[in-house]
Amino acid sequence: MATLAAVIASTHHPFYYRASTAVGEDRPPFADEWVAKITAFRETLTRAAPDVLVMVGSDHFHQLWLDNMPQFLVGKAPFYDANFYNEEREFGLPRMLLKGQEDLSAHLLREGLDAGFDLAFSNELRIDHSITCPIITLRPEADLPIVPVYTNIFAPPLPRPGRFVELGRAIRRMVESWPADLRVAVIGTGHLSLELGGPRQFGAHGPDPEFDRRAVEWISTGDIEGCLSEVTLDSLWTPGNATHGFMDFMLMMGVAGEGAKADYVDTLDLFHTMEAYFTWYPGARA
Amino acid sequence: MSRYLVDKFLFTVDRDPELVERYREDPAGTVAWWERDLAGSLLNCHSGEATTWLRFEDAEREALAAHDYVRLFELGAHPFLTLTLFIAMFERDHDEPLGFQKEYARRLAHFGLPYPDIAT
Repeated sequence: MATLAAVIASTHHPFYYRASTAVGEDRPPFADEWVAKITAFRETLTRAAPDVLVMVGSDHFHQLWLDNMPQFLVGKAPFYDANFYNEEREFGLPRMLLKGQEDLSAHLLREGLDAGFDLAFSNELRIDHSITCPIITLRPEADLPIVPVYTNIFAPPLPRPGRFVELGRAIRRMVESWPADLRVAVIGTGHLSLELGGPRQFGAHGPDPEFDRRAVEWISTGDIEGCLSEVTLDSLWTPGNATHGFMDFMLMMGVAGEGAKADYVDTLDLFHTMEAYFTWYPGARA
Repeated sequence: MSRYLVDKFLFTVDRDPELVERYREDPAGTVAWWERDLAGSLLNCHSGEATTWLRFEDAEREALAAHDYVRLFELGAHPFLTLTLFIAMFERDHDEPLGFQKEYARRLAHFGLPYPDIAT
């Protein structure tokens, strides 16, 4: 059976690529500290020596649209082109091509459907910065095959937070029951408090530092129960109008498990959002 | 209310570099043309088919034609779509980094929670 080599949860900040590659006057003052933190975070994946990456993210109205919107979707393709014209335009992100791991995609779809998740699938999926940002930060060689898992955190009606946690738990079971002698890392990205297109956007800090503090506590201690007792679809509007992306962190808490303390925790207080990076090594606790 | 159609306008313009420029230069003309010729295009479907019943409300058409992102927020247009497209059109007019994004926030400052519903 496959080994769950690492579980990683991260924010996906589309400005990282440009900030980290800028030089001279164009390089922002926070870039060096950010690069140092990302370099250390990257080492937590490298150390796990993964063969395959399951990548949990959310399409930002690129390929998935309101005429036919899936709640949860698994990519099943031999390759994934990545990043879109408007991400190149706004963030300077490069076009990429990633390999797929179709056997694991098929396994997640079959087992997920049988476990009660009516997963949509795509055989021609172009992935966006919710997945390419963690590739850029954690595996810039972009050499490992991936299985993209998209969640709807964007277009109401959304699944409830508990459903994200349940899907995370199921992904863990499914990865661990995959009959392949390979090491799998599950990497998911979302947000802490975040506002986009509203009055609290692009402030000196994230829109709700207190929410961010509590979120980091929930995630780093694996406090799924505490998190679920306070976070609802309605409550997530309060910290910022894009904070439903926090549900992808909750999904990753489901992968890591109840009470699973993160083996690596780091944060970076940037303008407009708190960056947060977490890694668990499931095997190390066994 | 045709919140979906407003989102569809923002979505289809944002993904097309030529339409972004056309909407920046001629908002009223672009909105009128788009509603007449493209509003009913069924994305990802048989090219010969079209939706027959989609129309803007007057307030929606006027807000789009005026580049009035404050009104679009009030009408429940998806804030990510509005922000992304308006950054593409107007960030270039500001010298300071994030200058447009900060002005955008200031102009929405009178909104408190709960924000207008964005469900479609």
